[in-house]
Amino acid sequence: MAQCQSGPSQPHSASGANILTTDPVISAKNLSLTFQTNDGPVHALKDVNLDINKGDFVSFIGPSGCGKTTFLRVMADLEKPTEGEITVNGVSAEEARKARAYGYVFQHAGLYPWRTIGGNIRLPLEIMGTSKSEQDAAVKEVLELVHLDGFEKKFPWQLSGGMQQRASIARALAFHADILLMDEPFGALDEIVRDHLNEQLLELWARTNKTIGFVTHSIPEAVYLSTKIVVMSPRPGRITDVIESTLPKERPLDIRDSPEFIEIAHRVRDGLRAGHEDDV
Amino acid sequence: MMGKFWYKIGPIIVVVIAIFVLWYAAAVGLNTAWAKDKAKRAGVELTTSEIIKDTMSQKKPKLPAPHQVGAEIWKTTVEKKVTSKRSLIYHSSVTLSSTLLGFVMGTSLGIALAVGIVYNRTMDMSVMPWVIASQTIPILAIAPMIIVVLNAVGISGLLPKAVISMYLSFFPVVVGMVKGLRSPDHMQLDQMKTWSASGSQQFWKLRLPSSMPYLFTSLKIAMAAALVGAIIGELPTGAVAGLGARLLAGSYYGQTIQIWSALIMAAALAASLVGIIGMIQAVVLKRMGMVQ
Repeated sequence: MAQCQSGPSQPHSASGANILTTDPVISAKNLSLTFQTNDGPVHALKDVNLDINKGDFVSFIGPSGCGKTTFLRVMADLEKPTEGEITVNGVSAEEARKARAYGYVFQHAGLYPWRTIGGNIRLPLEIMGTSKSEQDAAVKEVLELVHLDGFEKKFPWQLSGGMQQRASIARALAFHADILLMDEPFGALDEIVRDHLNEQLLELWARTNKTIGFVTHSIPEAVYLSTKIVVMSPRPGRITDVIESTLPKERPLDIRDSPEFIEIAHRVRDGLRAGHEDDV
Repeated sequence: MMGKFWYKIGPIIVVVIAIFVLWYAAAVGLNTAWAKDKAKRAGVELTTSEIIKDTMSQKKPKLPAPHQVGAEIWKTTVEKKVTSKRSLIYHSSVTLSSTLLGFVMGTSLGIALAVGIVYNRTMDMSVMPWVIASQTIPILAIAPMIIVVLNAVGISGLLPKAVISMYLSFFPVVVGMVKGLRSPDHMQLDQMKTWSASGSQQFWKLRLPSSMPYLFTSLKIAMAAALVGAIIGELPTGAVAGLGARLLAGSYYGQTIQIWSALIMAAALAASLVGIIGMIQAVVLKRMGMVQ
Protein backbone atom coordinates (compact mmCIF):
# COMPACT_ATOMS: atom_id res chain seq x y z
CA MET A 1 0.00 0.00 0.00
CA ALA A 2 1.56 3.24 -1.13
CA GLN A 3 -0.10 5.56 1.32
CA CYS A 4 1.41 8.92 2.06
CA GLN A 5 3.12 9.34 5.39
CA SER A 6 1.10 11.80 7.36
CA GLY A 7 4.08 12.37 9.62
CA PRO A 8 4.20 14.11 12.98
CA SER A 9 1.26 16.46 13.09
CA GLN A 10 3.10 19.15 15.02
CA PRO A 11 1.88 22.07 12.87
CA HIS A 12 -1.72 21.02 13.56
CA SER A 13 -1.20 21.06 17.30
CA ALA A 14 -3.99 23.04 18.86
CA SER A 15 -1.91 23.83 21.89
CA GLY A 16 0.19 26.92 21.85
CA ALA A 17 2.57 25.50 24.43
CA ASN A 18 6.11 24.97 23.25
CA ILE A 19 6.87 21.29 23.35
CA LEU A 20 10.54 20.53 23.78
CA THR A 21 11.29 17.00 22.74
CA THR A 22 13.05 16.34 26.03
CA ASP A 23 10.07 17.42 28.17
CA PRO A 24 7.49 14.76 28.91
CA VAL A 25 4.17 15.24 27.12
CA ILE A 26 2.25 14.18 30.21
CA SER A 27 3.73 14.46 33.67
CA ALA A 28 2.05 13.45 36.94
CA LYS A 29 3.60 14.32 40.31
CA ASN A 30 2.32 12.93 43.62
CA LEU A 31 -1.12 12.70 42.12
CA SER A 32 -3.94 11.63 44.45
CA LEU A 33 -7.66 11.53 43.95
CA THR A 34 -10.13 10.65 46.68
CA PHE A 35 -13.83 10.27 46.00
CA GLN A 36 -16.16 11.04 48.90
CA THR A 37 -18.90 8.43 48.92
CA ASN A 38 -21.60 7.43 51.37
CA ASP A 39 -19.42 4.54 52.50
CA GLY A 40 -16.55 6.90 53.28
CA PRO A 41 -13.63 8.08 51.15
CA VAL A 42 -12.42 5.95 48.24
CA HIS A 43 -8.76 6.42 47.32
CA ALA A 44 -8.96 6.05 43.56
CA LEU A 45 -5.39 7.28 43.09
CA LYS A 46 -2.61 7.61 45.68
CA ASP A 47 0.78 9.29 45.09
CA VAL A 48 1.01 8.52 41.41
CA ASN A 49 4.15 9.69 39.61
CA LEU A 50 4.60 9.14 35.88
CA ASP A 51 6.17 10.79 32.85
CA ILE A 52 4.97 10.02 29.34
CA ASN A 53 7.27 11.08 26.49
CA LYS A 54 6.37 12.13 23.01
CA GLY A 55 5.53 9.19 20.77
CA ASP A 56 5.16 6.75 23.68
CA PHE A 57 2.48 4.08 23.60
CA VAL A 58 1.64 3.67 27.28
CA SER A 59 -0.74 0.99 28.53
CA PHE A 60 -2.36 1.08 31.95
CA ILE A 61 -3.21 -2.36 33.24
CA GLY A 62 -4.66 -3.61 36.50
CA PRO A 63 -7.77 -5.11 38.08
CA SER A 64 -10.93 -3.05 38.28
CA GLY A 65 -10.79 -0.37 40.94
CA CYS A 66 -7.05 0.21 40.48
CA GLY A 67 -7.66 3.70 39.18
CA LYS A 68 -6.40 3.19 35.63
CA THR A 69 -9.47 4.75 34.06
CA THR A 70 -9.50 7.48 36.71
CA PHE A 71 -5.87 8.29 35.88
CA LEU A 72 -6.73 8.58 32.19
CA ARG A 73 -9.71 10.80 33.05
CA VAL A 74 -7.46 13.03 35.16
CA MET A 75 -5.16 13.47 32.14
CA ALA A 76 -8.24 14.41 30.12
CA ASP A 77 -9.47 16.83 32.80
CA LEU A 78 -12.66 14.80 33.21
CA GLU A 79 -11.73 14.38 36.90
CA LYS A 80 -9.86 16.81 39.13
CA PRO A 81 -7.06 15.44 41.34
CA THR A 82 -7.46 16.20 45.04
CA GLU A 83 -3.69 16.42 45.52
CA GLY A 84 -0.59 16.64 43.37
CA GLU A 85 -0.03 18.04 39.95
CA ILE A 86 -0.52 17.00 36.36
CA THR A 87 0.71 18.75 33.25
CA VAL A 88 -0.22 17.95 29.66
CA ASN A 89 1.92 19.56 26.95
CA GLY A 90 3.51 21.62 29.70
CA VAL A 91 0.23 23.21 30.83
CA SER A 92 -2.51 22.17 33.25
CA ALA A 93 -4.89 19.42 32.18
CA GLU A 94 -7.75 21.92 31.96
CA GLU A 95 -5.82 24.27 29.67
CA ALA A 96 -4.77 21.32 27.55
CA ARG A 97 -8.39 20.16 27.25
CA LYS A 98 -9.55 23.62 26.26
CA ALA A 99 -6.75 23.73 23.68
CA ARG A 100 -8.07 20.38 22.37
CA ALA A 101 -4.73 18.71 22.97
CA TYR A 102 -6.07 15.15 22.98
CA GLY A 103 -8.59 12.87 21.36
CA TYR A 104 -10.46 10.56 23.74
CA VAL A 105 -11.86 7.16 22.79
CA PHE A 106 -14.40 5.62 25.18
CA GLN A 107 -15.18 1.96 25.72
CA HIS A 108 -18.34 2.31 23.68
CA ALA A 109 -18.13 3.94 20.29
CA GLY A 110 -20.87 6.41 21.28
CA LEU A 111 -21.60 7.43 17.71
CA TYR A 112 -24.68 9.60 17.32
CA PRO A 113 -27.32 7.43 15.65
CA TRP A 114 -28.78 10.45 13.83
CA ARG A 115 -25.50 11.26 12.14
CA THR A 116 -23.76 9.35 9.37
CA ILE A 117 -20.21 8.10 9.97
CA GLY A 118 -18.94 11.18 8.16
CA GLY A 119 -21.28 13.38 10.19
CA ASN A 120 -20.03 11.82 13.43
CA ILE A 121 -16.40 12.49 12.51
CA ARG A 122 -17.36 16.02 11.52
CA LEU A 123 -19.00 16.64 14.92
CA PRO A 124 -15.89 17.73 16.89
CA LEU A 125 -14.76 19.75 13.88
CA GLU A 126 -18.11 21.57 13.75
CA ILE A 127 -17.80 22.29 17.46
CA MET A 128 -14.30 23.65 16.94
CA GLY A 129 -15.44 25.82 14.06
CA THR A 130 -13.33 24.20 11.35
CA SER A 131 -14.19 25.30 7.82
CA LYS A 132 -16.28 23.01 5.62
CA SER A 133 -13.48 22.24 3.20
CA GLU A 134 -11.08 21.39 6.03
CA GLN A 135 -13.77 19.14 7.52
CA ASP A 136 -14.13 17.29 4.23
CA ALA A 137 -10.39 16.81 3.97
CA ALA A 138 -10.10 15.63 7.59
CA VAL A 139 -12.97 13.14 7.26
CA LYS A 140 -11.42 11.64 4.15
CA GLU A 141 -7.99 11.46 5.78
CA VAL A 142 -9.04 9.78 9.04
CA LEU A 143 -11.47 7.37 7.39
CA GLU A 144 -8.53 6.15 5.34
CA LEU A 145 -6.38 5.86 8.48
CA VAL A 146 -8.87 3.47 10.09
CA HIS A 147 -9.63 1.70 6.79
CA LEU A 148 -13.23 2.85 6.59
CA ASP A 149 -13.01 4.60 3.22
CA GLY A 150 -16.36 4.52 1.49
CA PHE A 151 -18.41 4.36 4.71
CA GLU A 152 -18.81 8.11 5.08
CA LYS A 153 -22.51 8.13 4.18
CA LYS A 154 -23.50 5.04 6.19
CA PHE A 155 -25.34 5.29 9.48
CA PRO A 156 -23.76 3.74 12.61
CA TRP A 157 -26.32 0.92 12.82
CA GLN A 158 -25.24 -0.25 9.38
CA LEU A 159 -21.74 -1.00 10.77
CA SER A 160 -20.45 -3.84 12.96
CA GLY A 161 -19.24 -3.15 16.50
CA GLY A 162 -15.58 -3.24 15.45
CA MET A 163 -16.21 -0.85 12.56
CA GLN A 164 -18.12 1.50 14.86
CA GLN A 165 -15.17 1.57 17.26
CA ARG A 166 -12.84 2.31 14.35
CA ALA A 167 -15.13 5.18 13.37
CA SER A 168 -14.96 6.50 16.92
CA ILE A 169 -11.14 6.36 16.76
CA ALA A 170 -11.31 8.24 13.47
CA ARG A 171 -13.45 10.87 15.19
CA ALA A 172 -10.84 11.25 17.95
CA LEU A 173 -8.14 11.66 15.29
CA ALA A 174 -10.09 14.13 13.17
CA PHE A 175 -8.86 17.31 14.84
CA HIS A 176 -5.20 16.32 14.76
CA ALA A 177 -4.51 16.27 18.48
CA ASP A 178 -1.06 14.87 19.27
CA ILE A 179 -2.31 12.78 22.16
CA LEU A 180 -4.76 9.93 21.93
CA LEU A 181 -6.32 8.67 25.17
CA MET A 182 -8.17 5.36 24.91
CA ASP A 183 -10.24 3.85 27.71
CA GLU A 184 -10.61 0.12 27.03
CA PRO A 185 -11.60 0.87 23.45
CA PHE A 186 -11.73 -2.79 22.43
CA GLY A 187 -13.09 -4.17 25.71
CA ALA A 188 -16.53 -4.92 24.30
CA LEU A 189 -15.26 -6.65 21.16
CA ASP A 190 -14.49 -10.31 20.55
CA GLU A 191 -10.92 -11.67 20.45
CA ILE A 192 -10.60 -11.92 16.66
CA VAL A 193 -11.83 -8.40 15.98
CA ARG A 194 -9.65 -7.21 18.82
CA ASP A 195 -6.47 -8.74 17.35
CA HIS A 196 -7.26 -7.12 14.05
CA LEU A 197 -7.87 -3.70 15.59
CA ASN A 198 -4.69 -3.97 17.69
CA GLU A 199 -2.69 -4.51 14.51
CA GLN A 200 -4.38 -1.55 12.87
CA LEU A 201 -3.81 0.63 15.91
CA LEU A 202 -0.06 -0.08 15.84
CA GLU A 203 0.03 0.74 12.14
CA LEU A 204 -1.86 3.98 12.80
CA TRP A 205 0.48 4.88 15.65
CA ALA A 206 3.53 4.29 13.44
CA ARG A 207 2.05 6.48 10.71
CA THR A 208 0.93 9.36 12.90
CA ASN A 209 3.59 9.31 15.64
CA LYS A 210 0.97 10.16 18.27
CA THR A 211 1.42 9.77 22.00
CA ILE A 212 -1.09 7.16 23.15
CA GLY A 213 -2.47 6.39 26.61
CA PHE A 214 -4.33 3.07 26.57
CA VAL A 215 -6.31 1.47 29.38
CA THR A 216 -6.82 -2.29 29.20
CA HIS A 217 -7.63 -5.43 31.18
CA SER A 218 -5.72 -7.69 28.86
CA ILE A 219 -2.05 -8.60 29.44
CA PRO A 220 -1.36 -9.73 25.82
CA GLU A 221 -2.97 -6.57 24.49
CA ALA A 222 -0.86 -4.35 26.77
CA VAL A 223 2.38 -6.15 25.93
CA TYR A 224 1.67 -6.31 22.21
CA LEU A 225 0.86 -2.61 21.86
CA SER A 226 3.01 -0.72 24.34
CA THR A 227 6.39 0.87 24.60
CA LYS A 228 5.70 1.33 28.29
CA ILE A 229 3.40 -0.74 30.50
CA VAL A 230 2.12 0.78 33.72
CA VAL A 231 0.94 -1.89 36.17
CA MET A 232 -1.51 -0.64 38.77
CA SER A 233 -3.18 -2.12 41.84
CA PRO A 234 -6.28 -1.20 43.82
CA ARG A 235 -7.15 0.16 47.28
CA PRO A 236 -5.57 2.65 47.10
CA GLY A 237 -5.09 2.94 43.34
CA ARG A 238 -1.35 3.17 42.71
CA ILE A 239 1.41 2.27 40.28
CA THR A 240 3.27 -0.92 41.26
CA ASP A 241 5.54 -1.31 38.24
CA VAL A 242 6.51 0.52 35.05
CA ILE A 243 7.89 -1.80 32.38
CA GLU A 244 9.78 -0.43 29.38
CA SER A 245 9.15 -2.79 26.50
CA THR A 246 12.16 -4.23 24.71
CA LEU A 247 10.10 -5.33 21.72
CA PRO A 248 10.90 -3.70 18.37
CA LYS A 249 8.55 -1.06 16.97
CA GLU A 250 7.64 -3.34 14.08
CA ARG A 251 5.38 -6.00 15.61
CA PRO A 252 3.69 -8.73 13.58
CA LEU A 253 0.94 -10.62 15.44
CA ASP A 254 3.16 -13.72 15.89
CA ILE A 255 5.61 -11.72 17.98
CA ARG A 256 3.33 -12.86 20.79
CA ASP A 257 4.96 -16.31 20.60
CA SER A 258 8.50 -14.94 21.01
CA PRO A 259 10.38 -15.54 24.28
CA GLU A 260 10.83 -11.79 24.72
CA PHE A 261 7.08 -11.20 24.59
CA ILE A 262 6.41 -14.01 27.02
CA GLU A 263 9.01 -12.63 29.41
CA ILE A 264 7.42 -9.17 29.46
CA ALA A 265 3.99 -10.72 29.91
CA HIS A 266 5.42 -12.64 32.86
CA ARG A 267 6.67 -9.47 34.48
CA VAL A 268 3.28 -7.81 34.03
CA ARG A 269 1.55 -10.81 35.58
CA ASP A 270 3.98 -10.78 38.52
CA GLY A 271 3.33 -7.07 39.01
CA LEU A 272 -0.42 -7.66 39.02
CA ARG A 273 -0.09 -10.54 41.48
CA ALA A 274 2.16 -8.50 43.80
CA GLY A 275 -0.45 -5.77 43.80
CA HIS A 276 -3.11 -8.28 44.77
CA GLU A 277 -1.14 -10.01 47.54
CA ASP A 278 -1.10 -7.11 49.96
CA ASP A 279 -4.81 -6.91 49.31
CA VAL A 280 -5.59 -10.30 50.84
CA MET B 1 -49.16 -9.47 -0.77
CA MET B 2 -52.82 -10.15 -0.09
CA GLY B 3 -51.88 -12.26 2.95
CA LYS B 4 -49.81 -9.45 4.42
CA PHE B 5 -52.66 -7.00 3.86
CA TRP B 6 -55.12 -9.18 5.75
CA TYR B 7 -52.54 -9.83 8.43
CA LYS B 8 -52.47 -6.10 9.13
CA ILE B 9 -56.09 -5.17 8.47
CA GLY B 10 -57.79 -8.38 9.64
CA PRO B 11 -57.55 -7.77 13.40
CA ILE B 12 -58.77 -4.19 13.00
CA ILE B 13 -61.82 -5.33 11.04
CA VAL B 14 -62.62 -7.99 13.63
CA VAL B 15 -62.50 -5.39 16.43
CA VAL B 16 -64.66 -2.94 14.46
CA ILE B 17 -67.25 -5.66 13.78
CA ALA B 18 -67.25 -6.62 17.47
CA ILE B 19 -67.82 -2.98 18.45
CA PHE B 20 -70.79 -2.68 16.05
CA VAL B 21 -72.33 -5.92 17.29
CA LEU B 22 -72.02 -4.81 20.92
CA TRP B 23 -73.29 -1.33 20.04
CA TYR B 24 -76.42 -2.68 18.30
CA ALA B 25 -77.06 -5.13 21.14
CA ALA B 26 -76.72 -2.32 23.70
CA ALA B 27 -79.00 -0.06 21.64
CA VAL B 28 -81.68 -2.75 21.56
CA GLY B 29 -81.29 -3.43 25.28
CA LEU B 30 -81.37 0.21 26.40
CA ASN B 31 -84.13 1.42 24.07
CA THR B 32 -86.60 -1.49 24.54
CA ALA B 33 -88.18 0.05 27.64
CA TRP B 34 -89.16 3.22 25.77
CA ALA B 35 -90.44 1.24 22.77
CA LYS B 36 -92.67 -0.87 25.05
CA ASP B 37 -93.81 2.25 26.94
CA LYS B 38 -94.88 3.93 23.70
CA ALA B 39 -96.72 0.82 22.53
CA LYS B 40 -98.53 0.45 25.87
CA ARG B 41 -99.78 4.04 25.77
CA ALA B 42 -100.93 3.56 22.19
CA GLY B 43 -102.60 0.34 23.26
CA VAL B 44 -100.86 -1.91 20.78
CA GLU B 45 -99.04 -5.16 21.24
CA LEU B 46 -95.58 -5.35 19.57
CA THR B 47 -93.80 -8.46 18.37
CA THR B 48 -90.12 -8.90 19.20
CA SER B 49 -89.03 -7.97 15.67
CA GLU B 50 -91.19 -4.85 15.79
CA ILE B 51 -89.62 -3.88 19.13
CA ILE B 52 -86.12 -4.34 17.73
CA LYS B 53 -87.06 -2.29 14.69
CA ASP B 54 -88.40 0.48 16.92
CA THR B 55 -85.29 0.56 19.16
CA MET B 56 -83.23 1.47 16.15
CA SER B 57 -85.35 4.30 14.82
CA GLN B 58 -86.36 6.33 17.88
CA LYS B 59 -86.06 10.11 17.74
CA LYS B 60 -84.43 10.50 21.15
CA PRO B 61 -83.07 7.06 22.00
CA LYS B 62 -81.07 6.42 25.16
CA LEU B 63 -78.40 4.99 22.89
CA PRO B 64 -78.71 5.71 19.17
CA ALA B 65 -77.85 2.87 16.81
CA PRO B 66 -74.70 3.25 14.67
CA HIS B 67 -76.63 3.79 11.45
CA GLN B 68 -78.62 6.63 13.06
CA VAL B 69 -75.39 8.35 14.09
CA GLY B 70 -73.95 7.68 10.65
CA ALA B 71 -76.96 9.21 8.96
CA GLU B 72 -76.82 12.25 11.25
CA ILE B 73 -73.12 12.77 10.50
CA TRP B 74 -73.82 12.43 6.77
CA LYS B 75 -76.65 14.92 7.01
CA THR B 76 -74.62 17.48 8.99
CA THR B 77 -71.42 17.22 7.01
CA VAL B 78 -72.10 16.35 3.38
CA GLU B 79 -75.60 17.72 3.00
CA LYS B 80 -75.13 20.97 4.95
CA LYS B 81 -73.19 23.97 3.72
CA VAL B 82 -69.94 24.44 5.62
CA THR B 83 -71.03 27.93 6.69
CA SER B 84 -74.25 26.67 8.25
CA LYS B 85 -74.56 26.68 12.06
CA ARG B 86 -75.83 23.13 11.78
CA SER B 87 -72.81 21.89 9.89
CA LEU B 88 -70.58 19.58 11.91
CA ILE B 89 -67.68 20.60 9.71
CA TYR B 90 -68.19 24.19 10.81
CA HIS B 91 -68.26 23.17 14.48
CA SER B 92 -65.26 20.88 14.04
CA SER B 93 -63.26 23.67 12.44
CA VAL B 94 -64.07 25.97 15.39
CA THR B 95 -62.81 23.33 17.81
CA LEU B 96 -59.86 22.49 15.58
CA SER B 97 -58.61 26.08 15.47
CA SER B 98 -58.51 26.47 19.25
CA THR B 99 -57.04 22.95 19.58
CA LEU B 100 -54.19 23.79 17.22
CA LEU B 101 -53.52 27.20 18.76
CA GLY B 102 -53.56 25.68 22.25
CA PHE B 103 -51.35 22.83 21.10
CA VAL B 104 -48.76 25.18 19.65
CA MET B 105 -48.84 27.35 22.78
CA GLY B 106 -48.70 24.32 25.09
CA THR B 107 -45.85 22.71 23.16
CA SER B 108 -43.83 25.94 23.19
CA LEU B 109 -44.44 26.45 26.90
CA GLY B 110 -43.64 22.79 27.61
CA ILE B 111 -40.34 22.86 25.70
CA ALA B 112 -39.35 26.18 27.27
CA LEU B 113 -40.04 24.88 30.78
CA ALA B 114 -38.20 21.62 30.06
CA VAL B 115 -35.11 23.49 28.84
CA GLY B 116 -35.25 25.64 31.96
CA ILE B 117 -35.62 22.63 34.22
CA VAL B 118 -32.71 20.79 32.59
CA TYR B 119 -30.33 23.76 32.52
CA ASN B 120 -31.26 25.60 35.69
CA ARG B 121 -31.01 23.96 39.08
CA THR B 122 -33.33 26.43 40.75
CA MET B 123 -36.00 25.76 38.14
CA ASP B 124 -35.41 22.03 38.48
CA MET B 125 -36.15 22.25 42.21
CA SER B 126 -39.02 24.74 42.02
CA VAL B 127 -40.99 24.34 38.79
CA MET B 128 -41.66 20.60 38.54
CA PRO B 129 -43.85 20.36 41.69
CA TRP B 130 -46.02 23.21 40.36
CA VAL B 131 -46.27 21.59 36.95
CA ILE B 132 -47.55 18.41 38.57
CA ALA B 133 -49.86 20.33 40.94
CA SER B 134 -51.37 22.16 37.96
CA GLN B 135 -52.61 18.85 36.59
CA THR B 136 -54.24 17.73 39.83
CA ILE B 137 -56.80 20.55 39.63
CA PRO B 138 -59.89 19.34 37.76
CA ILE B 139 -59.91 21.15 34.42
CA LEU B 140 -63.69 21.30 34.53
CA ALA B 141 -63.43 23.51 37.64
CA ILE B 142 -60.77 25.84 36.36
CA ALA B 143 -62.01 26.23 32.77
CA PRO B 144 -64.89 28.66 33.59
CA MET B 145 -62.49 30.72 35.73
CA ILE B 146 -60.08 31.10 32.84
CA ILE B 147 -62.92 32.14 30.51
CA VAL B 148 -64.32 34.63 33.06
CA VAL B 149 -60.95 36.12 34.01
CA LEU B 150 -59.79 36.51 30.41
CA ASN B 151 -63.17 37.99 29.47
CA ALA B 152 -62.80 40.53 32.27
CA VAL B 153 -59.55 41.77 30.74
CA GLY B 154 -61.19 41.97 27.35
CA ILE B 155 -59.94 38.73 25.82
CA SER B 156 -62.62 36.53 24.33
CA GLY B 157 -63.21 34.24 21.40
CA LEU B 158 -60.48 31.83 20.35
CA LEU B 159 -57.76 32.65 22.86
CA PRO B 160 -59.46 31.69 26.17
CA LYS B 161 -60.31 28.25 24.76
CA ALA B 162 -56.76 27.88 23.44
CA VAL B 163 -55.45 28.74 26.91
CA ILE B 164 -57.41 25.82 28.35
CA SER B 165 -55.98 23.56 25.63
CA MET B 166 -52.53 24.84 26.48
CA TYR B 167 -53.12 24.17 30.17
CA LEU B 168 -53.73 20.51 29.42
CA SER B 169 -51.20 20.01 26.64
CA PHE B 170 -48.03 21.57 28.08
CA PHE B 171 -47.78 18.91 30.79
CA PRO B 172 -46.91 15.84 28.71
CA VAL B 173 -44.44 17.95 26.74
CA VAL B 174 -42.64 19.13 29.90
CA VAL B 175 -42.40 15.63 31.31
CA GLY B 176 -41.34 14.05 28.00
CA MET B 177 -38.83 16.73 27.09
CA VAL B 178 -37.19 16.79 30.53
CA LYS B 179 -36.62 13.07 30.14
CA GLY B 180 -35.56 13.45 26.51
CA LEU B 181 -33.11 16.30 27.12
CA ARG B 182 -31.62 14.28 29.98
CA SER B 183 -31.35 11.09 27.91
CA PRO B 184 -27.69 11.60 26.83
CA ASP B 185 -25.55 9.50 29.18
CA HIS B 186 -22.45 10.47 31.16
CA MET B 187 -20.17 9.24 28.43
CA GLN B 188 -21.78 11.41 25.79
CA LEU B 189 -21.57 14.47 28.04
CA ASP B 190 -17.92 13.70 28.89
CA GLN B 191 -17.23 13.34 25.21
CA MET B 192 -18.65 16.82 24.59
CA LYS B 193 -16.39 18.08 27.38
CA THR B 194 -13.28 16.59 25.74
CA TRP B 195 -14.10 18.72 22.70
CA SER B 196 -14.65 21.78 24.95
CA ALA B 197 -18.13 22.18 23.53
CA SER B 198 -20.10 25.20 24.76
CA GLY B 199 -23.45 24.86 26.51
CA SER B 200 -25.38 25.80 23.41
CA GLN B 201 -23.41 23.39 21.22
CA GLN B 202 -24.15 20.65 23.74
CA PHE B 203 -27.84 21.55 23.50
CA TRP B 204 -28.17 21.80 19.72
CA LYS B 205 -25.87 18.95 18.75
CA LEU B 206 -26.55 16.42 21.51
CA ARG B 207 -29.46 17.07 23.87
CA LEU B 208 -32.04 18.28 21.36
CA PRO B 209 -31.51 15.53 18.75
CA SER B 210 -31.46 12.90 21.53
CA SER B 211 -34.83 14.12 22.77
CA MET B 212 -36.67 13.76 19.43
CA PRO B 213 -38.25 10.32 20.05
CA TYR B 214 -39.47 11.57 23.46
CA LEU B 215 -40.80 14.79 21.92
CA PHE B 216 -42.98 13.01 19.37
CA THR B 217 -44.46 10.66 21.95
CA SER B 218 -45.30 13.68 24.11
CA LEU B 219 -46.77 15.58 21.17
CA LYS B 220 -49.26 12.79 20.48
CA ILE B 221 -50.54 12.89 24.06
CA ALA B 222 -50.47 16.69 24.04
CA MET B 223 -52.56 16.85 20.87
CA ALA B 224 -55.26 14.61 22.32
CA ALA B 225 -55.21 16.65 25.55
CA ALA B 226 -55.46 19.91 23.58
CA LEU B 227 -58.62 18.65 21.85
CA VAL B 228 -60.19 17.71 25.19
CA GLY B 229 -59.23 21.17 26.48
CA ALA B 230 -60.82 22.90 23.51
CA ILE B 231 -64.08 20.97 23.94
CA ILE B 232 -64.19 21.72 27.66
CA GLY B 233 -63.43 25.37 26.90
CA GLU B 234 -66.51 25.52 24.69
CA LEU B 235 -68.88 24.37 27.42
CA PRO B 236 -68.94 27.53 29.61
CA THR B 237 -69.04 29.94 26.67
CA GLY B 238 -72.77 29.50 26.33
CA ALA B 239 -72.61 26.82 23.67
CA VAL B 240 -72.11 29.16 20.74
CA ALA B 241 -70.00 27.07 18.42
CA GLY B 242 -67.70 24.07 18.38
CA LEU B 243 -68.04 20.37 19.10
CA GLY B 244 -68.30 21.14 22.84
CA ALA B 245 -71.23 23.43 22.11
CA ARG B 246 -72.90 20.67 20.09
CA LEU B 247 -72.46 18.28 23.00
CA LEU B 248 -73.92 20.76 25.47
CA ALA B 249 -76.84 21.76 23.22
CA GLY B 250 -77.53 18.11 22.56
CA SER B 251 -77.74 17.31 26.23
CA TYR B 252 -80.01 20.32 26.95
CA TYR B 253 -82.57 19.05 24.48
CA GLY B 254 -81.99 15.32 24.90
CA GLN B 255 -80.70 15.10 21.33
CA THR B 256 -78.71 11.93 21.90
CA ILE B 257 -78.08 11.40 18.18
CA GLN B 258 -76.55 14.87 17.98
CA ILE B 259 -74.39 14.16 21.04
CA TRP B 260 -73.11 10.89 19.63
CA SER B 261 -72.37 12.32 16.22
CA ALA B 262 -70.38 15.14 17.86
CA LEU B 263 -68.55 12.57 19.97
CA ILE B 264 -67.69 10.45 16.94
CA MET B 265 -66.56 13.56 15.09
CA ALA B 266 -64.30 14.56 18.01
CA ALA B 267 -62.83 11.07 18.13
CA ALA B 268 -62.18 11.11 14.38
CA LEU B 269 -60.58 14.54 14.68
CA ALA B 270 -58.30 13.39 17.49
CA ALA B 271 -57.38 10.22 15.59
CA SER B 272 -56.42 12.16 12.47
CA LEU B 273 -54.42 14.79 14.39
CA VAL B 274 -52.49 12.13 16.30
CA GLY B 275 -52.09 10.21 13.03
CA ILE B 276 -50.56 13.26 11.34
CA ILE B 277 -48.03 13.61 14.18
CA GLY B 278 -47.27 9.92 13.85
CA MET B 279 -46.55 10.39 10.14
CA ILE B 280 -44.28 13.39 10.79
CA GLN B 281 -42.54 11.34 13.49
CA ALA B 282 -41.91 8.48 11.09
CA VAL B 283 -40.48 10.80 8.43
CA VAL B 284 -38.31 12.84 10.83
CA LEU B 285 -36.91 9.86 12.74
CA LYS B 286 -36.22 8.02 9.50
CA ARG B 287 -34.37 11.00 8.07
CA MET B 288 -32.44 11.24 11.34
CA GLY B 289 -31.44 7.60 10.94
CA MET B 290 -33.11 6.72 14.25
CA VAL B 291 -35.45 4.12 12.76
CA GLN B 292 -33.85 1.14 11.13
